[in-house]
Amino acid sequence: MRKLSVIVILSILCNNLVFSQTNTSMQKIIGGTFVPLYGSDSSGIKVNSFQLDVYPVTNTQFLAFVKEYPKWKKSNALKIFADDSYLSKWVADDNFGTELNPSSPITNVSWYAAKAYCECQGKRLPTMDEWEYAAMASQTKKNAQKDSVFNQMIVESYETPKTYKKLVGSTYKNYWGIYDMHGLVWEWTSDFNSVLISGESRQDVDTEKNLFCGSGAINASDLMDYAAFMRYAFRGSIKANYNIQNLGFRCAKNLK
Amino acid sequence: MKKLLIVLSIVFTASSLFIACGNDKEQNVTLYECPMHCEGDKTYDEAGSCPVCKMDLTPVNTDEPIVANTNEIDENSIFNLTSKWTNQHNETITLKDLKGDVLVMVMIYTSCQAACPRLVADMRNISQKVDNKEVKYVLVSIDPETDTPEKMKAFAIENQLGDDQWILLRSTADDTREFSNVLAVKYKQISPIDFSHSNIISVFDKGGVLFHQQEGLGVDNEETVSKIKELVN
Repeated sequence: MRKLSVIVILSILCNNLVFSQTNTSMQKIIGGTFVPLYGSDSSGIKVNSFQLDVYPVTNTQFLAFVKEYPKWKKSNALKIFADDSYLSKWVADDNFGTELNPSSPITNVSWYAAKAYCECQGKRLPTMDEWEYAAMASQTKKNAQKDSVFNQMIVESYETPKTYKKLVGSTYKNYWGIYDMHGLVWEWTSDFNSVLISGESRQDVDTEKNLFCGSGAINASDLMDYAAFMRYAFRGSIKANYNIQNLGFRCAKNLK
Repeated sequence: MKKLLIVLSIVFTASSLFIACGNDKEQNVTLYECPMHCEGDKTYDEAGSCPVCKMDLTPVNTDEPIVANTNEIDENSIFNLTSKWTNQHNETITLKDLKGDVLVMVMIYTSCQAACPRLVADMRNISQKVDNKEVKYVLVSIDPETDTPEKMKAFAIENQLGDDQWILLRSTADDTREFSNVLAVKYKQISPIDFSHSNIISVFDKGGVLFHQQEGLGVDNEETVSKIKELVN
């Protein structure tokens, strides 16, 4: 009981306090309508204006978080919330070691941990639609879905190994003033598990049969769809307690 | 006192369960000591007599005996979730309140026309075959906005889920999303009234740890039924 009350108290505290660490600055993304690869018909999806962290969360920031909230330390995190790969490169509970750069994005972090981090800052994870909406902006355009140079860049970044070792802010700054939406790490979104890809022989999902017909017919000129397909397929394949080497996160917030 | 007894009995069922699952959680070990403390604070693992005064050893009275362990929750248990839920009787509960029974869970929404009636039928078939009161069947709404306690109650009556073995739950959108992740259930709202969702029936042991999942609609439920019976016994 005592343990439970501690957890309850912690979570209450967590919702009210903003912990003492360098909080990533945010930029406003002005809402609009767009057509994502998945989850909408051609009429598109409306995204409301929101705020998004300028950078992905770093190793240093996450270290400050686990110090403040010990239940998220490597050895304390419950299995149901984070599997064995949680912070796997960290050398100790309070130390991410020398192999990881303090300013590189935090990876090997589960959805639950990412969600808790954002909530403890009075923020939240972006929705998949918000993330995709912000990520379709190139350096100069709000919507670069059809920009071949931009898409080429994204696909090439997917082919580059170990980009999680780069530092945050080391790739491009997009139209909204947001860095590293592509080229650094994949990022958790709050509703990543809304991607329903029917698993071949298992009829586990009641879903639109034509879900990925478009992507089935992908050809070399559909780079935008190819890159987006990779992201959606990735989201459809992971579980919330997974901790993956090239998967990090950043936080979002509603406009006041 | 009665409450304590209930708690204690839960502990015992829970702890025997943990052992059955091969869980390496610490077990409760009773230590014995000399009532006269002839050898100071020395304790023994087994009952017997004191080598000095020959008196029978007595169990050590620790300040936080078994009760401290009542809330030991396996780290894979869904009882670790602190989200609040409302049932069809408009009562607020946490998942931990369901501790002690085998749980069979499914995520649906009551206005669903296609898969959910079949999923509910699957659940009913399972419950008929298992035919045991120590099992709770839980239907969790993926459409909490629409599925008010009144709607859930009406749905329960309509689908002959009236007795107290059936629990219908709803929470906030966020907590529902979190719960779906625990079950590895995927869902997406595809129109104001419709959702796509995985058809998965999940079986949890009495400690809230996922034991078995049945995927698909109208599949052979033999395995699921035998798994549930295994947990009840």
